Amino acid sequence: MSRVLIRGALVRFPHLSIDRVADVLFEPGRVLGLDPGPAQARGAEIIDGRGRWLIPGLVDLATRLREPGATHKGDIRSEATAALLNGITHVVLPPDTRPVVDSTAVVELILRRAREGRGATVHVIGALTCGLGEDSLAELGALRAAGCIAVGNIGRAIGNSNLLRRALQYAASLDLPVHLQALDPWIGAGGVAHEGRVAALQGLAGIPETTETLALTRDLMLVEETGVRAHFARLSCARSVAILADAKARGLKVTADVAMPNVYLNEHDVLPFRSAAHLMPPLRTVADRDALQAGLSSGVIDALCSDHQPHDADAKLKPFPSAEPGASGVDSFLGLGLKLVGERLLSVESWLERCALAPRRILGLPAPQLEPGAVPDFALLDAAADRTLDASTMVSRGKNTPFYGWRLPGRVDLATVADRLWVRES
Amino acid sequence: MSLQLAPDGRLKHLLTIDGLPRKLIEDLLDATDSLRSVALRGNKKLPLLRGRTIINLFFEASTRTRTTFELAAERLSADVVNLDVASSSTSKGESLLDTLATLEAMHCDMFVVRHPDSGAAHFIAEHVAPGVAVLNAGDGRHAHPTQALLDAYTIRRHKQRFEDLTIAVVGDVLHSRVARSELRAFGILGAGELRVIGPRTLLPPSIEELGVRVYTDMDAGVADADVIIMLRLQRERMRGVFLPSESEYFRRYGLTAERLALAKPDCIVMHPGPMNRGIEIASEVADGPQSVILEQVSNGLAVRMAVMSHILGAQVPQMEASA
Repeated sequence: MSRVLIRGALVRFPHLSIDRVADVLFEPGRVLGLDPGPAQARGAEIIDGRGRWLIPGLVDLATRLREPGATHKGDIRSEATAALLNGITHVVLPPDTRPVVDSTAVVELILRRAREGRGATVHVIGALTCGLGEDSLAELGALRAAGCIAVGNIGRAIGNSNLLRRALQYAASLDLPVHLQALDPWIGAGGVAHEGRVAALQGLAGIPETTETLALTRDLMLVEETGVRAHFARLSCARSVAILADAKARGLKVTADVAMPNVYLNEHDVLPFRSAAHLMPPLRTVADRDALQAGLSSGVIDALCSDHQPHDADAKLKPFPSAEPGASGVDSFLGLGLKLVGERLLSVESWLERCALAPRRILGLPAPQLEPGAVPDFALLDAAADRTLDASTMVSRGKNTPFYGWRLPGRVDLATVADRLWVRES
Repeated sequence: MSLQLAPDGRLKHLLTIDGLPRKLIEDLLDATDSLRSVALRGNKKLPLLRGRTIINLFFEASTRTRTTFELAAERLSADVVNLDVASSSTSKGESLLDTLATLEAMHCDMFVVRHPDSGAAHFIAEHVAPGVAVLNAGDGRHAHPTQALLDAYTIRRHKQRFEDLTIAVVGDVLHSRVARSELRAFGILGAGELRVIGPRTLLPPSIEELGVRVYTDMDAGVADADVIIMLRLQRERMRGVFLPSESEYFRRYGLTAERLALAKPDCIVMHPGPMNRGIEIASEVADGPQSVILEQVSNGLAVRMAVMSHILGAQVPQMEASA
């Protein structure tokens, strides 16, 4: 496919103040222009964009690709492709692969595999500490040189505050952004569900909110002290939103995200022992969920992510506490986002801000442009179409989702990033 | 839709007390009454489950509970197979579902399951072949429904109306499947007042929402109680982050004769066993006139016979309840 003309789509690029019907001419790797003249568009393959939206490609701040280490659950090719087919043009791989991303060899392996694929652009977060452990700093400079977009501790607690402080100082001296997941290593260790009414009733080991709030408070102090650029990943409770709001009000330049399931679901959704709803961080109370929603709409929470964690069927075919935590997320990221718009929790603009534009700023990626010569980075979708989320409609290898069977709006018909282009066969 | 209740209101499985209608619990207690004489006679079997096969599937070590389930099945003339899975296939890496499939190939009628994971009985009930019943003999911290029924039955034999009773459950409620099931059962049966007593480290944070009153002071908690149920304190909880020491626990929460004297004069003392004498209960109380602990064990046999008969659709004959 050489040149493509998307005709008559509603182009919604709020950062460019564009929200009108237009034609977009591009070729893989290059935008050729908005509303091209007939001569310029001659010979291009025409895609009917009428009734559809052309939006900036979505960006997912947490996408487990399962490679290296767990390729029976998914791999870079399968999951990055699944992302692109769902309108996500950039994915961010957290460092908790096996082995963890604490050496340049692992970074290079991941980026090479990603380039061989045809999916979303893959970005890698390096490990802040060796093995994501408690002993020593990872070679942060080398990780960045190898291509890591940031470093972080995602998924693992760092109990050693001195080590964390040194790591943040070191990252700050490299001006390397840090993605932190606030986790206390001791409180709630071994827990499988929010420590609340449901866990009390069901006899599930609890994870109190202090697991998160205690670490968040400490981490914010260290971020303030070291001046490192920090992003807080996967907030799960109302108290965290309040703590973050205070920090921002103090003028601290930090950002935060929340995982999609925590915006929709609450502790009751684990009943009766639904292993698909065994998530980390856990689904908390209705009030927590409401506060996360409010934080999203006010902007205290900057971004939404899918927190994609595909699993093989056996990983979830176990009693609740033994089932592996996490949900496959890329197949529902767009639909659940549009549903927030449908439910008037977010406007179209703020949905795009949380799912496409803010994540790019957090990562230091440029916002997609449409002028001639720009790198294509957008998706064409039918927001009115809907589908049932199930094994037949999911592209990810992981079919584990608490939203299984939900009717979700939105169907992606085309997605492109750089020289990669996917078009739905009609 | 309930996993354990059939459309006609009978139990397909018994996984939890949660959601059981009061009438069903009372029917089970009535059937227990009828079967109690058989259970106590011991030398006469009932043919109610002749030709049925029951597999005791224990993923967690247990002697007492497994023995009473085994005996209950035998008294009903069922064929019983005991499998200590803790020491066999799962330790070789076989998955729970593979173990189940293998056992189903033996055409059994019921699994009696104990498992260290909360929710394991639900999981197994969701995945067994149609027509195979699951009886939860304890799953993690979640539920132990037959223990709750036998305790309700024991209380009913000694007391009249649940509505008039103050029942205190003492000790490690956080880790106790027995406590969770009992509090549910007594609630459904209309108990007047439910209390839990223990240090905050051993009580789930939201326990008040279950309609119970929380006491961290033992003397206040047992005052004027009609029933005191002592929970077993697991050894690994006694030292470390939950409790400072065994002796401090006994001083603050052990049931002594002096403390028992604060309860109603006819208060009964229960314990699901096995007991830690001198840690949660003084021997003079455990062996004293107000203790019904040994009676609980024999009632456990009759309750399990009643539940097995009910689930497998056998009609329990009305029999003279023994004294």
